[in-house]
Amino acid sequence: MKYLDEYRDPGLARLLLAEIARTASRRWTIMEICGGQTHSIMRNGIDQLLPDVIELVHGPGCPVCVTPLETIDRALAIASMQGVIFTSFGDMLRVPGSSDDLFTVRSRGGDVRMVYSPLEALALARRHPDREVVFFAVGFETTAPANAMAVRQAAREGIGNFSVLCSQVMVPPAMRAILSSSDNRVQGFLAAGHVCAVTGYAEYEPICREFLVPVVPTGFEPVDLLAGILKTVELLEEGRAEVVNRYGRVVSREGNPLAQETLARVFEVADRQWRGIGMIARSGLQLRPEFSRFDASLRFDVGHIRTGESPLCQSGLVLQGHLKPDACPVFGKECTPQHPLGATMVSSEGACSAYYRYHRNPDLT
Amino acid sequence: MNGPFSCPLPLLRHETVQMAHGAGGRLSQELTRQVFMPHFGNDFLDLLDDQAKLSLPSARTAFTTDTYVVSPYVFPGGTIGSLAVNGTVNDLAVGGARPLYLSAGFVLEEGFPLAALDRIVSSMAEAARKAEVLIVCGDTKVVQKGSCDGIFINTSGIGSLRDGVSLSCRNLQPGDRILLSGTAGDHGMSIMTAREGLSFQSGISSDCAPLNHMIAALLDAVPGIHAMRDPTRGGVAAVLNELAASSAAGIDIEERAVPVRAEVRGACELLGIDPLHVANEGKLIAAVPAADADAALDVMRSFGEGRDAAIIGSVCGDHPGMVVMHTAFGSRRIVDLPAGEQLPRIC
Amino acid sequence: MCLAIPGKLIGVTEENGLKMGTVDVNGTKTRACLEYVPDIVPGQYTIVHAGFALKIIDEAEAAESLKLWHELIESGAFDPGEEPPSSGDF
Repeated sequence: MKYLDEYRDPGLARLLLAEIARTASRRWTIMEICGGQTHSIMRNGIDQLLPDVIELVHGPGCPVCVTPLETIDRALAIASMQGVIFTSFGDMLRVPGSSDDLFTVRSRGGDVRMVYSPLEALALARRHPDREVVFFAVGFETTAPANAMAVRQAAREGIGNFSVLCSQVMVPPAMRAILSSSDNRVQGFLAAGHVCAVTGYAEYEPICREFLVPVVPTGFEPVDLLAGILKTVELLEEGRAEVVNRYGRVVSREGNPLAQETLARVFEVADRQWRGIGMIARSGLQLRPEFSRFDASLRFDVGHIRTGESPLCQSGLVLQGHLKPDACPVFGKECTPQHPLGATMVSSEGACSAYYRYHRNPDLT
Repeated sequence: MNGPFSCPLPLLRHETVQMAHGAGGRLSQELTRQVFMPHFGNDFLDLLDDQAKLSLPSARTAFTTDTYVVSPYVFPGGTIGSLAVNGTVNDLAVGGARPLYLSAGFVLEEGFPLAALDRIVSSMAEAARKAEVLIVCGDTKVVQKGSCDGIFINTSGIGSLRDGVSLSCRNLQPGDRILLSGTAGDHGMSIMTAREGLSFQSGISSDCAPLNHMIAALLDAVPGIHAMRDPTRGGVAAVLNELAASSAAGIDIEERAVPVRAEVRGACELLGIDPLHVANEGKLIAAVPAADADAALDVMRSFGEGRDAAIIGSVCGDHPGMVVMHTAFGSRRIVDLPAGEQLPRIC
Repeated sequence: MCLAIPGKLIGVTEENGLKMGTVDVNGTKTRACLEYVPDIVPGQYTIVHAGFALKIIDEAEAAESLKLWHELIESGAFDPGEEPPSSGDF
């Protein structure tokens, strides 16, 4: 497969691993901030292959995992309403709210459907003018342009039965929050390659200067990850707190200006709660007032939502890189993908689910 | 009337299934005589008794049942009908039985197109001919519109167990080789393609096929095979995990050795699914003593269904109950059971 | 969700006023909205996420870095070793 197989070449991987081992003269702690990268690392065993002096810490790069419990409960309430077709990506279907998930809502008669794109949800709205179609718009900056286009298109066509429930979050504020934390151990970042494809990487440059950390836009395949890690180690060894791009075939400094323009037209920046972490200022996107008629949280009155987190779940610590999933006391016991206590065990990008799926037995892998 | 009855569609008063077709009266008889009998007809069925009276060649008999609810009911490489026949044939064959007789029970939704039913029944007859089994009894019920999705089929099967083989998931021994008879993930991905229409198109065809002839040849050549399973729902990963758990043994798999079609690989990438978790309907996994592995592989490859057969791993005494994948990079990861319903109603 | 798959654009259409395309990933085809890559032409590669093409893949850049790495291996200036790296005690 073009642009995939070349970056899974074991020979190239060995080359990069040897270079990393040769270059690293001391311990370095590097964080990857994208759940897709976390899964690729675990799936390919990159963490096993790296020299012991390199520690990879997994960041809050899972938009599903950081969606506030209240938002999930709101989604479940909306999905349970008569006349609503509730749509989302497959990932969200099994994320537990305070007592339910979208699958159980479906088994009780709610019309819950999986889609691969917000445009599919929009098509449903066109096809069913008598129903209310809601799309659960969860994602980082990679997904925001798709959501923005769907809303803009709905406005253009005058589609009145379409709305989105937004849980859009942004990466740079999360990086700042992590770096500002008093017990931060992260010394360098692998920046999420597909987020950067949209945003570019200019906004990471002030972070480098302020916190003195290198940031390397990195891809997802094993060779891309190792190339990103190698560059990060090189920058750390040289004491250079800069952004250097290691995903050049997709990432450019200015990103995708058209996508950014559409984002700015449809969304505005807002403060946002991150589940397990807390409030991060100006870290989320919400619909601009002129598009508020497409905001599902305003369109549907779900009454008072009383949330209840599992007292055993430590997703927040996992998301900030302070706790490895397999060090959590309930990992693999009370908390499994079949009975998840938190989003990190369910989402395809959650660190706990990656560990459970690929590295459940610590003696073995 | 015996023998194949292909187009044209037999003359029926209706174009779609009516409630009366399942009521046991005139319309039911019309359905039996004009759709089922022409395709399935044989000495047992032609008697039109309430039961088929059979003599079995051996005292040791295998018996299995399965119900098929696949949606859509026609897909590249098969129909719900051919699936229903091959699936039950294979469930018998992997236990070391020679499949002989099948029953076929139909639940039809009022309004189901009779032309589609004819096509499905025709594909069942053809599948039965290829597998050399007879469909000897059956039943049809019709439910009101909305009470079932189109067509559901149950097939039960009887086979005679062959002497001298002892196949069981509990038999795995350290050193055994794990053989996979061909490419993984074809069936599930062909269903996805047929289902998702425009958002997802591919030329992937289901691998739906009877395995009994290949298995008979395998057991002739290597009667000491320890275990055989067909990786349907849950894919290769599910079967490997079951074998490992039942035998309390560890299984090591080489990632590079698992055959996967390029198109299936691409489709799985697009959907974020592991080909090892995707259903197959014409593939076999066998745990074979090391000394016999090459002979078994040769037999598999001599059949069309087994042309891509490969040795994908081995059984070990370490990590009992766990299946471990060795990646091309030299790292290891667990091959887990798929989490929940990846692709609903694929068989 | 960061899952974005690289594929080749093989056809362009228009739907509801939006530029749409068919992207081929190893023989499986998916539909993607091309509004964010208006200059893309069939034959070029792109990454598709949530039904949208996000960027045209810079093939020259990709070829460049791969070439560099492969040259390093071939020149023998670097020896990655024959066996895959051991991942510790089994």
